[in-house]
Amino acid sequence: MELVAGKKTKQKQKELLNISGSEAVLKAMIAEKVDTIFGYPGGAIMPIYDALYDYNDKLKHILVRHEQGAIHAAQGYARTSGKVGVVFATSGPGATNLVTGLADAMIDSTAVVCITGQVYAHLLGTDAFQETDVINITTPITKWNYQVTDATEIPSVLAKAFYIAKSGRPGPVVIDITKNAQLQKFDYAGYEKSDHIRSYRPKPIVRKEYIEEAAKLINAAEKPFVIFGQGVILGKAEKEFKKFIEKAGIPAAWTILGMSAIPTNHPLAVGMLGMHGNYGPNVLTNECDVLIAVGMRFDDRVTGRLDKYAKQAKVIHLDIDPAEIDKNVKTTVPVWGDCKETLPMLTELIVQKVYPQWLQRFRDFQKKEEETCIIPELNPTDETLTMGEVIKLLNELTKGDAVIVTDVGQHQMVACRYAKFNQTKSNITSGGLGTMGFALPASIGAKFGAPDRTVVAIIGDGGFQMTIQELGTIMQSKVEVKLIILNNQFLGMVRQWQQLFHDKRYSFVDITSPDFIMVAKGYYIDGCRVSKREDLKNSLKEMLDHKGSYLLEVMVGKENNVFPMVPQGCSVAEIRLK
Amino acid sequence: MSKQEYTITVYTENQVGLLNRIAIIFSRRKINIESLNTSPSEIDSVHRFTIVINETEDVVRKLCRQIEKQVEVLKAYYNTNEEIVWQELAMYKVPTDIIAEKVKVERLLREYGARAVAIRKDYTVFETSGHREEIDGLIKALEPYGLIEFVRSARVAIIKTSHGFHEKLKEFEYREPSEEVIENEYLNDNEKIFSM
Repeated sequence: MELVAGKKTKQKQKELLNISGSEAVLKAMIAEKVDTIFGYPGGAIMPIYDALYDYNDKLKHILVRHEQGAIHAAQGYARTSGKVGVVFATSGPGATNLVTGLADAMIDSTAVVCITGQVYAHLLGTDAFQETDVINITTPITKWNYQVTDATEIPSVLAKAFYIAKSGRPGPVVIDITKNAQLQKFDYAGYEKSDHIRSYRPKPIVRKEYIEEAAKLINAAEKPFVIFGQGVILGKAEKEFKKFIEKAGIPAAWTILGMSAIPTNHPLAVGMLGMHGNYGPNVLTNECDVLIAVGMRFDDRVTGRLDKYAKQAKVIHLDIDPAEIDKNVKTTVPVWGDCKETLPMLTELIVQKVYPQWLQRFRDFQKKEEETCIIPELNPTDETLTMGEVIKLLNELTKGDAVIVTDVGQHQMVACRYAKFNQTKSNITSGGLGTMGFALPASIGAKFGAPDRTVVAIIGDGGFQMTIQELGTIMQSKVEVKLIILNNQFLGMVRQWQQLFHDKRYSFVDITSPDFIMVAKGYYIDGCRVSKREDLKNSLKEMLDHKGSYLLEVMVGKENNVFPMVPQGCSVAEIRLK
Repeated sequence: MSKQEYTITVYTENQVGLLNRIAIIFSRRKINIESLNTSPSEIDSVHRFTIVINETEDVVRKLCRQIEKQVEVLKAYYNTNEEIVWQELAMYKVPTDIIAEKVKVERLLREYGARAVAIRKDYTVFETSGHREEIDGLIKALEPYGLIEFVRSARVAIIKTSHGFHEKLKEFEYREPSEEVIENEYLNDNEKIFSM
């Protein structure tokens, strides 16, 4: 029986199917186990959408309201699922609307494949209707891009696209397909996944001597400090990382994108790094003797002033991208490689240790931070609501199991400072690019990527209005996301800077908003507005218990500031508590 | 660290758009490219970029890492002028009557090792190759005699210690021959193509 079956498939393989380029695109999606596509049709991608009509049962397509929404949704999907997010968009404006999301995915290393339609190949360069030079527009903001003008290229190019997007340091890929290639019939020989490109080395070769050197430094350290980024999550190395810090006994702090790689209540977790991070990790960066950076890229929001950053420390840098080593901070020992491989090698060579006194230093700083910043934020004594108390109650109600998607600004910093997480891939935010308008569409994608989890988007009144049209996507797709607007009636972060560094000259930060609840009602999304403390917990509960999506608008203090803060151009040790 | 001339050699696949991908690594950082040359390499299908910039070693090293990060780049090296053998080619167009008249010009051309590549009634084109200073020297010398046109090529350079990489490259191409480049073959056939 088996033999016969085997023969049959072999015979099938020999028979070449005559299909269109469009159908080959969709066959590639199925072969890559894509289950959800975020997109928007248009003239130059119509043949693919026409083919999609017949694939409706195999591929879920989410119709967004703007292509930027599609790519942010794909990013949210990629970040919660660990898979590749897929976007379909048309040529010209469809493709240019992807630009912000591509730049965001590039800087935050998110695996996304965007298929854009393009005008007929013979019209390229003629300023045809809806023609733009998508390849050249997207070159600096894609890991790879390619224009297909002949259908026979489609299977191999898409295989490459998926492989490049997800392997090594992930990133966005754009495949621009001319309309003639979408329509062209060709003999399709099947789809073969790619796992190798001759000029592409996604993972550098691990050098054992560096691991040994790193272990020696760690074993001899008296005040070692681990800082980690999204590399731990992207490398699916959460377990390996936890084992490493637990054996080494080293306190660990996260970057904004590294957050949730270990539970926030882990005994060695000491908080968030950077401009609005925690007091201890920032100050003690400039006191530790060995700084071990895992899967992070020393962004300027983390390091503050570079020439005063960890100058006393020996630096060990584990990263999969060789271009990150020595880019911003000079390393003593570079550990090139995938941290899923290098961390266990390192763990093996290090001595089991604890540093009670050193860890206590972090706790002491935390106490100071609690007194001046945390307690007033989480347990305010006056009437106005704070952003922090919303997050605190949300933590209580979700018990740290929700995916939290944040936009950009004060609410983002407060949410990332106070949110509790038990599991990985839970903190979805626009880190590197700081894209306002990210959260609403990203939360839609995040839910499709993790359908069994509660997804809560926390958004400011400014950012919400940047992609507000995606409420329509929620309405139509019936995806269940919980939206919280923390409304301070200001573009809060800019206002904070204007207050602190521009003599309170509030230049165009006073933003008015529509009645968000009414707007949501218009999209058939339920919601309510809260401005009193006694109603807050119940409304949050109602939001979480509500069947379907829900919008909760919380009116918070207008001129609250986020502290601590490392002022721009200052050393991390100069972090201000007020 | 002080700035000096570095020659960056990049081995790549032959791919449409790769020139742009490499060029924007420099322009994004507002670094001026002094000279850029693309050519085939000794290995069939492997292309080679020779780029000259004035920068500190730290910056050049980082640039090379960014270049190597590109999917279609095989390897990027940077070298100081001492580590390479290099040449630039230049052509000079001068009025023929002046050269015919003035013995001094003929001597000058001989001194600079220039060769005549085209002789017409009204003008003559000379060619010389060498280092930048030599070429520039001849322009200065020819200027008084009515230099009509001048052009200099990008630098081409051979790395003195390239044997090891050459062997690797040969083996590499042998194991995995490259794919053919697909260019836009429809561009000239617009009448034959159906469009909506």
